[in-house]
Formats: sequence, C-alpha cells, structure tokens
Amino acid sequence: MSQAVTPYLEMSQAIMEAGGEALKKCYQCGTCTGTCPWTPITHFNIRKLVRYGQLGLDGIEEFMWGCSTCKFCVDRCPRGVEIIDVVTAIRNVYSGGGMLPQSLRSFVGSMSARGNPWSGDQAKRNDWAKEKYPLYSADKEYLFWTCCTVCYDPRNVRLAKATAEILNQSGLSWGLPSVDVNCCGESLKKVGDLELFERLKSNNLDCFKSQGVAKIITVSPHCLSSFKKDYGEDYEILHFAELIAKLMKEGKLTPKKDFGGVKVTYHDPCYLGRHSGVYDAPRDVLKAIPGLDFVEMERSREQSMCCGGGGGGLWMEKMKGERLSDLRIEEALATGAKILATSCPYCITMFEDSVRTLNADDQIQIKDVTELVLESLEINIDEPVADTCAL
Amino acid sequence: MSRIGVFVCHCGLNIAKTVRVSELAEFAATLPDVVVAKDYKFMCSTPGQEMIVNDIKQHKLDRIIVTACSPLMHEQTFRKVLTASGLNQYLLTIVNIREQVSWVTHDIEEGTAKAKALLNGAVYRSRLLVPLTSRVIDVNPNVMVVGGGIAGIQAALELANTGKKVYLVEKNSTIGGHMAQFDKTFPTLDCSACILTPKMDAVLQHKNITMMTSCEVSEVKGFVGNFDITVRQKARYVDHSKCNACLACTEKCPGKGISEWDESLVKRKAIYIPFPQAVPQKPIIDKESCTFFKKGKCRLCEKACEQKAIDFEQQDTFVQVKVGAVILATGFDLMDTKPLVQYGYGKYPGVYNALEVERLFNSAGPTGGKVTLRDGSEPKSIAILHCIGSRDKNNHEHCSRVCCMYSLKFAHLFKEKTSADVYHFYIDMRAAGKGYEEFYNRIIEEDVKFIRGKGARVAQSADEPGRLVVEAEDTITGKFIKLPVDMVVLSPAIVPRADARDIARLFNLSTDKQGFFMERHPKLAPLSTMSEGIFIAGVCQSPKDIPDTVAQAYGAAAEALTIVVRDKMELEATTAMVNPASCCGCQNCVRVCPYGAPSYNAEKKVSEINEALCKGCGLCASVCPSSAIIARHFTNDQVLAEMEGLMEF
Ligand SMILES: Cc1cc2nc3c(=O)[nH]c(=O)nc-3n(C[C@H](O)[C@H](O)[C@H](O)COP(=O)(O)OP(=O)(O)OC[C@H]3O[C@@H](n4cnc5c(N)ncnc54)[C@H](O)[C@@H]3O)c2cc1C
Ligand code: SF4
Ligand code: SF4
Ligand code: SF4
Ligand code: SF4
Ligand code: SF4
Repeated sequence: MSQAVTPYLEMSQAIMEAGGEALKKCYQCGTCTGTCPWTPITHFNIRKLVRYGQLGLDGIEEFMWGCSTCKFCVDRCPRGVEIIDVVTAIRNVYSGGGMLPQSLRSFVGSMSARGNPWSGDQAKRNDWAKEKYPLYSADKEYLFWTCCTVCYDPRNVRLAKATAEILNQSGLSWGLPSVDVNCCGESLKKVGDLELFERLKSNNLDCFKSQGVAKIITVSPHCLSSFKKDYGEDYEILHFAELIAKLMKEGKLTPKKDFGGVKVTYHDPCYLGRHSGVYDAPRDVLKAIPGLDFVEMERSREQSMCCGGGGGGLWMEKMKGERLSDLRIEEALATGAKILATSCPYCITMFEDSVRTLNADDQIQIKDVTELVLESLEINIDEPVADTCAL
Repeated sequence: MSRIGVFVCHCGLNIAKTVRVSELAEFAATLPDVVVAKDYKFMCSTPGQEMIVNDIKQHKLDRIIVTACSPLMHEQTFRKVLTASGLNQYLLTIVNIREQVSWVTHDIEEGTAKAKALLNGAVYRSRLLVPLTSRVIDVNPNVMVVGGGIAGIQAALELANTGKKVYLVEKNSTIGGHMAQFDKTFPTLDCSACILTPKMDAVLQHKNITMMTSCEVSEVKGFVGNFDITVRQKARYVDHSKCNACLACTEKCPGKGISEWDESLVKRKAIYIPFPQAVPQKPIIDKESCTFFKKGKCRLCEKACEQKAIDFEQQDTFVQVKVGAVILATGFDLMDTKPLVQYGYGKYPGVYNALEVERLFNSAGPTGGKVTLRDGSEPKSIAILHCIGSRDKNNHEHCSRVCCMYSLKFAHLFKEKTSADVYHFYIDMRAAGKGYEEFYNRIIEEDVKFIRGKGARVAQSADEPGRLVVEAEDTITGKFIKLPVDMVVLSPAIVPRADARDIARLFNLSTDKQGFFMERHPKLAPLSTMSEGIFIAGVCQSPKDIPDTVAQAYGAAAEALTIVVRDKMELEATTAMVNPASCCGCQNCVRVCPYGAPSYNAEKKVSEINEALCKGCGLCASVCPSSAIIARHFTNDQVLAEMEGLMEF
C-alpha cells in the first residue's frame, strides 16, 4: 500500500471555520497524548487527531470519537490549543454523511425529535415531581434546572428529588422549569452537531426570557458549563453543591445524621472541576456531614481522572478494558472507601455501570453529594434509599 | 523670513511604496519660506548628505527639514550635516513619515495626505526655531558593574585593563555566578573552574577594581556621565579588613544552614565560604543559622579567630559611589518547578532540577562529583526532561536557549560517571551554535536515547517502590511510553531574577514581556538601554550561553568606555526652564516630572529645574498653570504653530 498522502487544506480550513482555529498553534509536542487518560488503554491519540486536522488528512474519521472532553490536555497544552474546540469542530465537519457511530445515532435522533437524549416524552419531563414541587415563576428566586438525565433516568431521579427536598428544607423560593424546555445540549455540541445545539439553546433561552429567569441552580455540571460558556447570557448560575456549601456555612442547613465513621472518597467530575473550577464546595459539604471519614484518591482535583461519560461518551459503547470508569472504581476501592461520592449524573451512570460489571457493588456505593446530604438531613423521599451505614 | 530646505527621503521603497514622495517635494516647494525641496532615494547615504550640504551653501538655507524615518534612527546623522555646514544643529526638523506614515498604512492616498499634513506643521514650526547651545558637563571616569557572574567579571576586567576604575557590586559573598557552580561547560566540555577561577582571581588582584561583595544597590541618582549611587554593604559579621582567610573559624562553628551554593542539597556552617575557590576567600556569618544570633550563646568562631576579625555588632552600611556609566549583569534564576505538580519536583526525592545536577557533577559539590541519589545509590536509568516551563503558554513562552545543550552535556556526564541508561524527552533539539550540532552528534554516538515528546508526567512506580515512571508520547512512533527510571532531571525555564523589576525601576529601565531587561534596539543596540549610560550584558538581557554572554560583556565594556573615555560630554539643550517671575509655586512640575528635575525653592517660593536631570520631555510645561515653564525647542509658540499647520488639513 502506498504511503503517499497529500495534505487537503480545504478540510483543514473547514475545521478551523467550525471553531477549531486553535489547531494551527499546535507544535506536536505530545503533551496532550501523554496526559490523556485514554492513551494507556485505547488507540486514541489526540495529538495525531490534531495533526491530521492540520493537514486535512484522510482517515481522521476513524479516531475522532475517542475524546471524552475531560479538559486535562487543554490545561497542560504548552501552546494553549483549545483542543476540545478542535475535537468538536472535527466531529462537526466529518460526522455528516452517516459517519456517526451507531450508538450516537439514537442519541442525536432523540435530541432532534424530543429535545432530550433519553427518548423521553417531553410532556412528561416533570412527571418525577408528582406535582409535589412548584413551577418556576418570576416571583421566585431560583430556577432549579433539572438535567434531562435526572428527569428521565430512573437511577438519577433520586438526585432530582434530593435536590428538591433540600431546597425546600433550606427555605429558598424556587421552582422547576416548565416542560417547554429541552436539553441544555452540552453533549450534543461536543458530539459535533452544532446546528442542532443552536436550536436547543435558543429554545431554552426563549423560555428563560419569557419566565424572567435570573438565577439558576443545576445538578449537572454539564448544564452548568454549557450555560456559563456556550449560552453567552449573564445569568447567575450555581451548581447545587456550591449552593449547599454556602447554605451550610450560613447555618441554613445542618446535617444531623451521623454516618459513624464510614470512609468516603470524592470523584471530581471534569465539568465541575477542570471545566468550572469548583473543587472545594463538594469537599466542604462532605466534611461537614457528621461521621463521614473523607479520603482523597491518588488523582484528585485538577489532576482528577475522567469517568469517560463526557463528549458523548455516555452513549458510546466501550469494550471491557477500555473503560475509564472501571479504572476509577479501582482507584476508589484502593483508598478503602465504602462510598464513592460525586456530583454529576453522568459520572453516577458510568460508575453504577462499572460497579455492576466489576461485581463491586457490595464493596462500594455510588452516591451523589446531594443524596448524602439528604440522608444526613434525615428526610425521607418515597424512593427506597439504601442505608449507607449498612455496608 | 527664514530660508527653509525640505529633503524628502524614499527610504528605498519603505516610504515610497505608500507615500508619493515626489508629489510631497513639489508640495513642500509651495509652502512659505521654503526655498528648495527635493526627494532622494536614500537621504542618509553619503550622496544624500552631500546634497543637503551643497544646497545649504548654494541657497543660503538656515532651516532644514528632513522627512524620513524616526528621529531615533537618524537625527544625529543630519544634525552633524548641519553642524558641518555651519548651521546650529537645533535648526533641523525631522518629520517621521516612515514609522508614523508609510509603515502604518497600505493606502498611498492616505499616506501622502498624512505626510503632507505633518510636513506642513513642520514648516510652520521650523520658521520659529532658534539656535540652542548644548550643555557641556564633566564626565566621571569610573564605571560600576552590577553582578559578578561571568558577564560582570569579564566586563569589569576589560574596563579595568583600559585603566578605568571599576566598582564590581555583587550581592553574594563571592563572585562567579552560575558558571562557578558548573563542573564542565558545553560544547567543549572544558572544566568550568579552570577557565573561571583565573578570572575571579584577576578581579581580586586588579588594582583598578574595587570588588564589593555582599552588596546591593539601594539608590541611583544622577544621569549619564555623573551617576551617584548608594550601595548597601550588608553586614558580614566578619571584618574583612582584619580577616586573613585562615578559615579556622569555620571548623569550630556548630551552626547549620542550608547551602545555597549547593542548591540546598547539603548543609553548611553558619560562618562559611560558599565553595573552596570562592573570591574573596573570607567568610561571612549567616544570621539565620548562627547559634549565637539564635540563642545568644556560642561565639566559638570568635575564640578561634586570632585576627579578632569576628564582629557580631556589625551593621549594614551605606557607601556612595560616583561613576559615569553602569553595566548591569545580574543574570538569571531558574524557574521554581514545584507548582508543576505533574513532574513531582519537591515530592519525589528522585526528581532533580538542572542546577542541582550541576552540583552533583562538581568535584567540589556535595557528593564530591559522584552521581548518587539522595539515598546514596547510583542511578541505573535517568530521564532528562526538556522545556519544563519554557515554550509554554501556561508558564514562560520563551525558549531558554541553553537547556537543550546543557541537557546533552548532562547526558555525556551521566554516561561518563555512571553506567546508567540515559533518555531525553524533548520537543525540538536546539543546537544552533558553533560546535553545537557536532556536540549533539557526539552525544548520539554515546548511545543516549532520544524520545521526541514532551514529558507529560512523573509518577511513582506501582511495581517497584522508590522508582519513578516517566510518561510521555513518543511522537515519532505515536506510542505511549512508560519509562521506569531512578532519576528524573528537569531542565526548567531560565527566568529573570526575582528582583529584576526592582533593579529595572532603580535604574529607570524597561523590562520585556518575560521580565528581562529591555535593550534599546533588538538588533542595532542590544547592549544599551533607554536609560543613557546604563548598559546590560549576559542573561539579564535574555537567556544565552557563556560564549554569547562573554561577547556581550566585551561589548558592554566598550559601550561604557565610549562614555567614560571623554572628559566632558555634551547634553541635549532641549531642557525646560522656569521663569521665576511668573511661577506661582504650585509645584505641579515637581509632582509630574519622571526624572526628579524640578524642585521647590521654599525661600524664593518658586520651582527650579536642574538642567542636568531634565530630559526635555515637556510634562512640566504642560501642567504649569501660569505658563512659567519654557520647554526649549518645544516652546508654546513653536508647538502651536505646528498644530496650526496640521489643522490646515
Ligand atoms: C543548568 C545550567 C547549565 C549551564 N551550562 C552551560 C554550559 O555548559 N555552557 C555554557 O556556555 N552555558 C551554560 N549555561 C548558561 C550560563 O549559565 C550562562 O550563560 C551564564 O551563567 C550567564 O552569566 P551571567 O553573568 O549573565 O549571569 P549569572 O551567572 O547568573 O551571574 C549573575 C551574578 O549577578 C549577581 N546578582 C544578581 N542580582 C544582583 C543584584 N541585584 N545586585 C548585585 N548582584 C546581583 C548574582 O549573584 C550573580 O553572581 C548553563 C545554564 C544553566 C542553567
Ligand atoms: S499538547 Fe498542545 S501543542 Fe502539544 S501536541 Fe497537544 S495540542 Fe499540540
Ligand atoms: S479532553 Fe480529555 S479525553 Fe479529550 S483528548 Fe483531552 S485529555 Fe483526552
Ligand atoms: S578565623 Fe578569623 S581570620 Fe580566619 S577566616 Fe575566620 S574570620 Fe578570617
Ligand atoms: S533550549 Fe531546548 S530545552 Fe530549552 S527551552 Fe529551548 S527547546 Fe526547550
Ligand atoms: S521637561 Fe520633563 S524632564 Fe524636564 S523638568 Fe520638565 S518634566 Fe522633568
């Protein structure tokens, strides 16, 4: 087979125009590949992807899906290349014409048809709430932005409920979005469908405007980052872990139940940590809950390892041995922790999957920080909640 | 009525490309008092200058306007033309139609129009110019060199050899700088001490050099030709005039400090000389680690000293030094790599920075020149990581220029002193100096492994406790490398001294984006600065190797000499003066002057301007509410006339 290739600069130009301009700055040092959590376990090579992009070389499609947009490489790149923008642009340019992997087709299809990734009925978006909680109106302070995943995914509904109950307990005035809203679109953008993303975004913005929204609380760091960075509007946006930390500091929330010394560790979701710079709030919350013995994993905070769920990864099939979440569970187990806490519904999904396939569900529980706070506030929700101390 | 000649330069195509020069000359000829107007390809060339000389004679010109490049480039050239023709040099006006016109537009219409406007203004002002007489001052023949590294040493020796008196101010207790820490130097691998110590000694012995160690500059007054500098002599607690360098004191001292010279790898005494060949050989006491200063008891050194040189009462003193010129040669620091947590410096004992490794190689260093790890064992496998913090947007964008080469030197020395495998992790190999590529080839022949990819992470080995693992991509094969090693060497960015900005402020210098001292012109005046009479040499200007540093030192010495070789020098006549009759004593001028030239005479209740300090910037004149300040060469009348000329367009 001939090794001759010809650079195809029109393609490279198209990538730059789709937002991947930064690719021209890359000097091919390999720091990104050496940093990327996928490098040791898959054939994905981010430097090569950028290189193929620079020259518009054929074959780029084959490895453009490996990145989970964890931002580790971006923070380390000595040239300041916005690598995620490059990945997004490459996907945008090349994913037309049936290049989408099978598993992403239903994801994108559902986004397009129903405005959420879970093929959920849009009218039933708030069904989880069983009309127990108020809808947002302009006289309320906070809009509690329920991520699609906590509305429709049975495991993650517990996050929605926990958040609602804690909000009630803290005496804030808040409300849920009406069912007219759709997914924030963060993952869709990273998958490269910029056009559909714009549609979802402008629909959401219309809803915010017509309802006079000023302050937003999110449970998913993906919504948080999308609103902050991609929506281009000036809302006051907080992740719920930040709000809890603040309420606890002000004495408006006081955890009661003692966990009796159970060891807990915390996984920094990439979109709360590296993407949004929130590292302390969830830790402060965990440390304020009586009887939780907090330990760090080897890789934490800025150095945290990705669960693999970002950038569309949540919807893509990965073979055993190629799952970051498995490695992360092993790292958590190595600390001796009985609870792996985190603050992102995607991470929860990835980890729940991994503990099951690794048969580790009797060794460690996956919990969102909100769930632990709820348990410690001794509030009962109708969902059966496992007693964490029983492990 | 004046008789003005206008000379329009093409500067090749630099100007002619975006200004219609002949049209400009024709336009000039129509302006009041203009007797002759010409354009020419290169006005600064000899024929160009001769043309002006001839026209002055032929047309009896008494004002000259040259429309050309910035006055920074050629004002002096054309002033000389006037002087040679018997005209006062201040009757010259330069109109900058290059930097301010042709280089800032692509539009020839715009360019020509702006050039006309500027020229019109210049003609109006030129008519009002008056001859001025430059001031002549005495020049102090001495020079101060700040920093006693190889740059400062070389510059001081050169100047001293011409018979000038040199004050060499060094903040450490010894001169030598970084070069004195090295064992070998690339690319020739000659022994650093063998070539440096003779020079250090020469400094000590030279009758024209006053070596001021443990000293720092604390205040700078004056101006080119007449600097008045205050130097703080830090207390050494040893009277060096009595000390005979027997070092009996150091033997008895129980104090333990961290050896700065050995990059903190070992301890030293509280009374010490940093290394055996230190110059001077006389010790100082480090207060922080001295038992007497800490606990009030000890004084063992005092008992040991037969010369009675120990003086615990010594205080810092201040010395006034008057010089005509100054050379700054304060060198560099290495970047602190601790914040780059991915490399584990300061966390894993096996990770070293480059200067620490230099000390390990050095026979006068903490291991006597043996390469051993902190636990005393010899490394079997070593990784050298290039570009740590250099060429990096998150840290320092510049290339530190010498680290590729010293990393190669390290590889050679590791091979020579150990049986270790040596790996380089690099992005680009920069070996562009005389003999450098050859040196690179030599190291390749020594079977060192080169991995093209920046080190991404240093971690502890999971399988072998105590060992390290370097992770990186080999970008040539696209493979992810996990390399187990015993020792990691970081080659960190070369950065400006921590106090570089303070020194810059003291001497009125600018610093560049990186914080290194800024030269007057990157190509044509690399050793002078915007502060007249202040020169720079060595790494304080930008990272460079010893050959380039030494070359700069020679150059800076020559530059300084051009000032102090003269008995007298001419200063610009374009200074400001206060008319005491109209000064209201508001002292606005005192507040705005960046050079401290105006002062308030409380007795006479008026401000006065010290012409020697005044740079003629005109700030004071512009804030004077009673128009009492006359800025010579830029009087209100002259400036207003020029504005009028500009406004006509
Ligand atoms: C690890 C390493 C290895 C190297 N190996 C080589 C090599 O093999 N070959 C080669 O050609 N180059 C080598 N270099 C480069 C070499 O070190 C420099 O070119 C050289 O040291 C520059 O000399 P300098 O006098 O400008 O600065 P320095 O050596 O830094 O000397 C500056 C002096 O000024 C003093 N000083 C600083 N601030 C003040 C102040 N405010 N007041 C008074 N005094 C002050 C300092 O104490 C010091 O004595 C190496 C560099 C490094 C980092
Ligand atoms: S780290 Fe940045 S500069 Fe280096 S190869 Fe990756 S994208 Fe390019
Ligand atoms: S963003 Fe994360 S997953 Fe994507 S290439 Fe960079 S390091 Fe890898
Ligand atoms: S014992 Fe006295 S004379 Fe000898 S080195 Fe020490 S201080 Fe100097
Ligand atoms: S000299 Fe070499 S190691 Fe040093 S910064 Fe430049 S490229 Fe990197
Ligand atoms: S002209 Fe400038 S330098 Fe001179 S006294 Fe006035 S403010 Fe100071």
